Parts: sequence; C-alpha cells; structure tokens
Amino acid sequence: MNSLLVAPAIMVGIGLFFGAILAIAQRFLKVDEDPRIEATNNLLPGTNCGACGQPGCLPFAEKLVAGEVDPGQCTVSTDEAIEQIAEYLEVDAGRAEKLVARLRCNGGHLQAHQIAEYQGFEGCRAADIVSGGGKGCAWGCLGLADCEAACTFDAIHMNANGLPQVDTEKCRACPDCVAACPRDLFELVPLNQKLYVQCNIPLAGEAATRLCKVACDACGKCVADAAPGLITMQGNLPVINYASGGEARPEATFRCATRSIVWLEREQFQEQESRKAGTA
Amino acid sequence: MKALRFLRRNFEHGVHPAHHKQQTADLPIQRVPFGKHYVMPLGQHIGVPAKAIVAAGERVQRGQLIAKPGGFVSTGLHSPVTGTVREVGDYRGVDGRFAPAIAIEADPFATQQVDASAAVDWQSLTLEEFIEAVQIAGIVGMGGAAFPAHVKLSVPDGIRIRHLLINGAECEPYLTTDHRLMVERPEALLEGAEIVRQKLGAEETVIGVEMNKPDAIEIIRNHIRPGDPVRVVPLKVKYPQGAEKMMIKSVFGKEVPAGLLPRDVEVNVNNVGTIVAIADYFLRGMPLIERVVTVAGPGVSYPANLIVPLGTPVRDVVKFCGGLKPGSREIIMGGPMMGRPIASLDVPILKGCSGVLVFTEEQTARRKEYPCISCGRCLEACPYFLNPSRLARLSKSRMFDEMRAYHVFDCVECGCCTFACPSNIPIVQLIRTAKDDLARRKEPDA
Repeated sequence: MNSLLVAPAIMVGIGLFFGAILAIAQRFLKVDEDPRIEATNNLLPGTNCGACGQPGCLPFAEKLVAGEVDPGQCTVSTDEAIEQIAEYLEVDAGRAEKLVARLRCNGGHLQAHQIAEYQGFEGCRAADIVSGGGKGCAWGCLGLADCEAACTFDAIHMNANGLPQVDTEKCRACPDCVAACPRDLFELVPLNQKLYVQCNIPLAGEAATRLCKVACDACGKCVADAAPGLITMQGNLPVINYASGGEARPEATFRCATRSIVWLEREQFQEQESRKAGTA
Repeated sequence: MKALRFLRRNFEHGVHPAHHKQQTADLPIQRVPFGKHYVMPLGQHIGVPAKAIVAAGERVQRGQLIAKPGGFVSTGLHSPVTGTVREVGDYRGVDGRFAPAIAIEADPFATQQVDASAAVDWQSLTLEEFIEAVQIAGIVGMGGAAFPAHVKLSVPDGIRIRHLLINGAECEPYLTTDHRLMVERPEALLEGAEIVRQKLGAEETVIGVEMNKPDAIEIIRNHIRPGDPVRVVPLKVKYPQGAEKMMIKSVFGKEVPAGLLPRDVEVNVNNVGTIVAIADYFLRGMPLIERVVTVAGPGVSYPANLIVPLGTPVRDVVKFCGGLKPGSREIIMGGPMMGRPIASLDVPILKGCSGVLVFTEEQTARRKEYPCISCGRCLEACPYFLNPSRLARLSKSRMFDEMRAYHVFDCVECGCCTFACPSNIPIVQLIRTAKDDLARRKEPDA
C-alpha cells in the first residue's frame, strides 16, 4: 500500500515544484507586450501579402505602433479600415497612392504572331522554357494565366483575347502577379498615371511589327506630341518620366498607330473589348 | 572473377527506349554544301557568352577568330565560312529568345579551305598553354550540353586523373553522330585521345561504347596498336548510359557522389565528338567551325548524317535532306529524350546540337494526362535516385522553394521519369519550370 502511494506523491511533488518556478517566472520575467499591436493586427486584412514591404501583417502592425510606417502603406486594406487604424493609433492615415498592376503588353491572340504551337503543360513559365511558347514575340504575354492563378484577390481574369484583365477595383497592388510573370510584364503603377506604354518589345520598325500587329515600332511620334522631356526613347521603347514636370495629356497617344501608348481611364484593353462587341 | 566483373558493367535504374537508329546508322557522313546566311550566336556554350571582335562589313576567313572568350567559363568563336559580316545583333536562338549573334554572309566564290598550316604543335605546349589553346579553339562538349572543354581539362592541383574516359555511348534514340565518327574516323579519335591523355597525365584511355554499335567497337579495336594504353569497353544498351556519372559507374564501378565531379574519382570524361574536334584543331588546324549532325525522324524525306558548318539555319539542313514530309509537327534539336523543340526554322545549328529530328502528329500528339497513382515507376527509373513524382506534385502546386529539400538541382533532366510515367505526367517539364523559377528569383539578391 505504501509503495503504491510513493509514485503519485513524487509526481505531485514535482508538479508543485515546477509550478512554483513558473509562478515566480511569471512574476519576475514577464515581458509587457503593447496591447495595441494585437488590436492593430486585428484591423489589418491578415493576408500576409507583403505589399507593404514587411514580411507580414503582424510585423507591419508592430512598425505601425512604433510609428515607423503609416497605416496608408497597407495598400490592401479598404479606406475604412485604414481610417479605423489611424483613429485607433491617433496618427495621420498617410494614404499611399492607389497602385494597380498594369501589363506591359497589348498583343493577345488576335494581334501577336504565333510561329509555333505549344502543346505542353499549361502555364506561362512552363511554356516559356520550351522555345518561348511558340509566340513570335519573345517579350510579350504568353497568355497561359500564371498571373490569374497567382492573384489572391481574384482581380485578374484572362479575357477572350488571351490577355490578363486586371480589375482595378479588386487589385490591391500586392506583388504576386509581378513575381509570377516569367517575362516580368506586370508593374505596379499609380492609378492616376494614365499615360501608359503597353509594349515590351526592344526591336524597332518592321522587325517589331512583323512579330506583333500592335508592337511599338519606335517611331517616336509620342515623344514629339508630349510635353518636352516627358517621354524619352530608351531601347526602342518610349519611357514616361512623370517626375520631369511635363503634364501628361492624351494627345501623346493620338498618332500612335499600334496603340502601344495609351490613355487609361480605368482598365486596360477596354477598346479591344468594345471593338469586338461592335463587330459581333 | 573476371566473368563477374562483366556483370557489374551497369548502373542502377534507367529506362530502355526503342533506339530507332537503323534509319541513319549505316549512312556515311556527308558534307552539306555551303549556303548563304550564317548566324553565330555568342552564347553557344554553358557559361559567359563570347565577345565579338568583328564589326559589320568586315571580311572574315573560314576559321578566323570572330569572338574571344568573355571569361574563364567561355570559349572563342570562329567564322564557319569565308564571307562578310552582315551584322552583329540580336537573333532568335534555340530557346526562342533573342540573343546577341554575329550574322555572316558567305562568299559564293571562296574556296572555303581551312589553313592546315595553322595547326599548333601540341607537344611543345605546356599544360596551361594547351588549355588556353583549347579555349581559343572554341571546343565544347559535343554531346549536347556544350560545356566548355577547357574547363573540364583544367584539373586543380592535388587531383590526379588516372583514367581518360571517352563517351561513345550515344544512348539517345535516333542519334548516330558519335557512331559514325567512331566508324569513319577512328584514327582521329585515337590521335585526339592520345593528346588529351598525355596532357592530363592519365594512365589509360577507356572508350565506352554501347553494345548496339558492334561495328564501331570492332573498328576502334582494329586501330589500336598493341601496347597502346587504350581499351574499348562495350556497355549495356540502356538510357542514360551516356550520362557522365552513369558511365563511370558502368565502366569503373565507382559512384560519383552528388555535388562532386568525375575528377574526384580520378576520371575525366569527354565525348567522342569533343576528342575528334581536339584532334582536328591540333593536327589539322581547324577550330570548332563545323560538326556532325544526324537529321532523322519520321518527318524527314532523306535522313542523313551531315557535316554542317555551325550557324547554318535548320531550314537549309532540312532542305538538303529533301524537306519536311507532309504532316510534320515538331522539330527537336538534340536527342528525343533531352533535346529541345524549336519554334522557328531560322534557328542556327550550334556547337552542342547533335541532331535535328522531325516528328509527325503520331509521335508528338499530347497524350491525356491522368492523376499520379503513386506507382513509383519514376522512382525506379531515376538514375539519380530522386523522387520525381513528389517533385512534379510540388511544382504543380507552385511550391518551388520546398523542392530544394528534394534535391531538385541534382536532376539532370534526362527524361527517364517522364518516359516511365504511365499517367503521362510531364514530370521533366514541371521540374524545369521550377528550376527556371528558382534560378530567376535568385538573381535580384545576387
């Protein structure tokens, strides 16, 4: 009987001993965490997308509480959520400019020349390593929807022309599509920069237009039609320098025969859609 | 015991594709007439692209240096024809992307002779000078990978090479370039082997040939003079017998551990074509400006083994062979297991291009893909003992980073797993996709 009680007694003794140590540790080694961090974190979207430049939402919340970043740098949150965080932390919202993903290519199935047919696994990157997917242009969109699969916000859908249509409402400017594109065609552009070059071909003249009907042939008309210094030709492509001070106006796009420079009120490729609707 | 050693001549795993070599195995090598346009891409080898040293409008001689090495892992480039440089610009390469190249217009009235007096006396060269000469000559591994030969021959201090292994396995179906070289130019092969063996200080030369080429084995054996430290080893017909590490396992029974090189087991492996190119440079003064290419497959009217000047558009080569048969669907550069399909007939023949294969709808139609049934055939096929089915699954879910833990970079893309897969899963392509993604994402940090 006695030996039967020894084991439980030892266990209870050990339990009490460690319990006492834990109680002491709780009192003297306690780390005070700012309760605001958790509260702020709860207000953030919790997607851990990394668009703010931080590894995730919790590190961003820590920096917010420390005052190192502005709530507005979270491009993914809605305006109301940003306001709530700013009110809660009693700081300025500092709303960053709304960015959207824009595709530097306008050559879908209807415009770009196809020199071969790709039959393998459906995916842009998989096609790109097999002779460039058979598309004549080695720089343009492959149209196999790697970006659509990568988008966490359901903002990208392939249109009938085989180009990814970005929903500017849903796009939160996280960099997922930028990383997914094997040809680095996506870039995050402020929504209010409406003049945009949607071509990525480094060739000039007929060499470019032979590969794609809507390729930039580097004619330079947009450079001449825009404010001086706003557009420059670099590597056979127009580059728009918004910092130059010149005002960007739709006139620069009027003489572009291939629509490789466009004035975007909202989404890209709208005129393709309307043109198709008109002919159908 | 000797009889038992014969049994050991094998490596584990691998597959047995039908070899289809009868189409061209007995056709002598013939020369393609010189065409008009030639395009020499500056990056024809693994490593840093060469640097062009000629400009548009300049006249060049056949065999003249037109680009010098851009670094250590880089080789020289020579004009394949006498003619005029048309342009130094971007041209479409085998991978479909545009890359810098030298375009040359051939002179139709030139004799296209190579100056044989340019041959270098190899015996008077020190090892360093010899390696530099190989680099300038533009010699790369001719088996397909196009790895610069001089890098392979540069052995660091403290490592001794005991065996020079010459790879005449040619395990890829359809290809017969090495086979024909061994049958038609055994003297050049043995001369080149002797040069390399002496420079490396190796004890013996071993020529490994698959047993489906008995004529090559016999002819080389007849050319070996008694007393020469050369032996021919017939190997089992199995894919990928011609992979460096597999061949070492088959011939010497030694395994080259992952991450190490053949030189770590005292072996240096070179392809038959590479050795013949070395002999051609040091004994006949001809740098690497042409190579033997097998043009075969069900879509070719007249299959052939051809000597083709580098930079010749595939279009000219195919035209010489009677053009494409109706119904041709796919053109592969290299062998059917590891070669790459090309998207344009204007792509030039490169140093590492061992074959131009044309297939019809029947062979290339994409078979319906089924889910992986975990049968494990790919694991039994993989000669590197990887787990292809796991790699393919991870790649499909875009979990590329996790694939490192499964040694994705040890995969040589030999294609055994895809060949063995009963569910028609494009395993190798999925692995290539992942490697491409991992390699590109690494760049910004570097």
